[in-house]
Amino acid sequence: MPESLFGEDVIVRTIARIVAPFIQLFGLYVLMHGHISPGGGFQAGVIIASSFILLALALGLPESKERFKKTIRLPMESSGPLIYASIGVTCILAGGYYLQYGMAFLFPPHVVSAILISAVEIGIGITVMAMIVTIFYSMAGD
Amino acid sequence: MVGTSHLPILVVLLPLVTAYITPLLGWIDKRICNPLVVVSMTLAFLASLLLARSVLTGGVISYHMGGFAPPFGIELVVDYFGVYMCIIISFITLMAAIYSREYVAKELHESKTVPYYTLLMLMTGGMMGASVTGDLFNLFVFFEILSISSYALVAITGKKVAIMASYKYLLLGAIATSFTLVGIAYLYILTGTLNMADLSVRLQSVYGVGGSSWTLIAALAFFMVGYCIKAALFPLHTWLPDAHSMAPSSISAVLSGILIKVGALAIIRVLFNIFQPEFVVETIPITSMISWMAAAAIIAGSLFAISQTDIKRMLAYSSVAHIGFIILGIGLATGYGTTGGILHIFNHAMAKGCLFLCAGAIIYKTGIRNIDDLAGLGNKMPFTMAAFTIASLSMIGIPPTAGFVSKFYLGLGALETGTWSGWVFIGTILVGSLLTAVFYMKVINNIYFKEPLLREDVQRDETPLGMLIPILILAGGCVIFGLFPRIPLSLAEPAAKLFLGGI
Amino acid sequence: MINFEFLLGHYNYWAVIVLFLIGLYAMIVKKNLIKKFMGLNIMDTSIFLFYISMGDVEGGVSPIIAHGGGSEVIYVNPLPSVLILTAIVVAVSTTALALSLIIKIYEEYGTLDSERLVELMGW
Repeated sequence: MPESLFGEDVIVRTIARIVAPFIQLFGLYVLMHGHISPGGGFQAGVIIASSFILLALALGLPESKERFKKTIRLPMESSGPLIYASIGVTCILAGGYYLQYGMAFLFPPHVVSAILISAVEIGIGITVMAMIVTIFYSMAGD
Repeated sequence: MVGTSHLPILVVLLPLVTAYITPLLGWIDKRICNPLVVVSMTLAFLASLLLARSVLTGGVISYHMGGFAPPFGIELVVDYFGVYMCIIISFITLMAAIYSREYVAKELHESKTVPYYTLLMLMTGGMMGASVTGDLFNLFVFFEILSISSYALVAITGKKVAIMASYKYLLLGAIATSFTLVGIAYLYILTGTLNMADLSVRLQSVYGVGGSSWTLIAALAFFMVGYCIKAALFPLHTWLPDAHSMAPSSISAVLSGILIKVGALAIIRVLFNIFQPEFVVETIPITSMISWMAAAAIIAGSLFAISQTDIKRMLAYSSVAHIGFIILGIGLATGYGTTGGILHIFNHAMAKGCLFLCAGAIIYKTGIRNIDDLAGLGNKMPFTMAAFTIASLSMIGIPPTAGFVSKFYLGLGALETGTWSGWVFIGTILVGSLLTAVFYMKVINNIYFKEPLLREDVQRDETPLGMLIPILILAGGCVIFGLFPRIPLSLAEPAAKLFLGGI
Repeated sequence: MINFEFLLGHYNYWAVIVLFLIGLYAMIVKKNLIKKFMGLNIMDTSIFLFYISMGDVEGGVSPIIAHGGGSEVIYVNPLPSVLILTAIVVAVSTTALALSLIIKIYEEYGTLDSERLVELMGW
């Protein structure tokens, strides 16, 4: 897919440019609600990734890649699971089991739990987003 | 605090975390990957040994993820068999990782180095997780982690045939996945739980009831087909020879040495941990069914192996035969038989790992894959070929190598059944061993006694030291654990006893 | 005697079985490698439906306490949906890997017909 799917169509290009940030914002909203209501890392990651896929469809693959370089994607793919694992190990160090969030650690347990679950969700979101975009790019002919 | 009590999660976490650190560091410098993986696997091996010590002294360990008590939380259960598999997995992967240092530099394109180590670590993490988990769905997830990474590893060389082999493996593996998923669904409908210990308790009330026992049989059938594909038991083995012979040799050693045994592990878990031994042995004689299939696997795998000319394909078919020995031991469901089957997991992992690494060394040095062209290698690569011979003897089961001990136990187990089928199984073990001897002796004969075509072929040209050390360690293990079989038996015997508790 | 009420009452199972068999049929009969894999995806989807329909409770609401709570509210069972989320991720990764393998196979052999491929491989 060397060129844009829709050529130089002004409407498609403009709408895609305008909509993309809002999609990403919605993704962040879903991400931050993950620890208390429906939502979370997986869904948010896919929503944010879809904005990059939209850009790739409307503006063409090269321009979309320019906005999300491999040098940024690669660390993001790895960092999510590492965040997950390090939070799990932190819980062990704080005296609990692996991923036992409710440890009193500077804050009361329920606050710690909320912070840690959000952090895990952010990690998952980052990885899912980078991974989906990478899969899309490589399928589209990297 | 932080101590041995957190070892169960540590053995799973170590390879998985390494898998995600590898691309980051490998991005900076490719040469870091190998030391990182070796250090991580050494730590995992030591952690497994520590875990074995605490299991042997303190009994089965249960680890509650997130502090939620089972059956509501996810539980890791480290029993004798789990820790036994952990030791084998970390040991063989460590050997393959040491071997990879020089092998990968030559055999794979430079850009494949980082994916290679990442996938290897993911696969190891999956295998470790599958060994220690106490939750049926987690078993499925870990199985998928290891399966998907192994599909990719088979294709990593990028050769035409390897990609086809990988696709075939993927298709059959994905069918197996679907089948196990259906099996899990049935058990969940029946009991409303996924924890293995809880499942076995709740299934007690289901056994007698007329209507739902059909659901139970269907679940068992789906599990058996799914995991028998993953373990490559005879009629379902068709993906194995292509996948294992086309993968890079260090990966073949891991695939043939331990990955298919994780399938055997899943079969054991389903048969003995989830279902009652009485149910699978007497009510529905599934164990005797898989014993007959295993007997067919022993004969058929050996016969196929005899007709092969490619050395790695021959070794792959030999794995089909030897997974038969393991499943036969499990299916006999007697004290000695199951001990023999579990012991054979260890012995076959060492011998087959060594053989595949030797085959890789031959291809690395000479590029020869055809068995008939191996003439004169006995002078050319004496240490590698000595290791190959020792491991072959262990595969055949000649004392004092380790293979003899496990086959002896299998024979005793077959006698223990006290029926005519026991005698058939003894005959199968003997014939299978003789057939194994036929094709291994053919290779050994070619290596040492056949006249080489060219004189310069016999120039001394030994495998590089980094590749030779793991080969020699594995070959040494075949002899040492044949002379001192108490060491693996100290875990294998209580494991079998725990599984067959009801009989 | 055929118990129609029984048959119709379990319509979700029939849908699952039909989908499962369509998938299996496609995997066995279709020659194109992509169609074979689509068959597998249909099979997977049928299993996902099976899980989700078994977790559903008639008149149940999504299991969030914010609904007002109380013991009279019936929740659907969230566990099968969670399991299926994981299984979908697994299926997606398998599909991604399979499609990239198919792309490579097409580049190397120039065909996706499984019979032609078997001829070319010499298996």
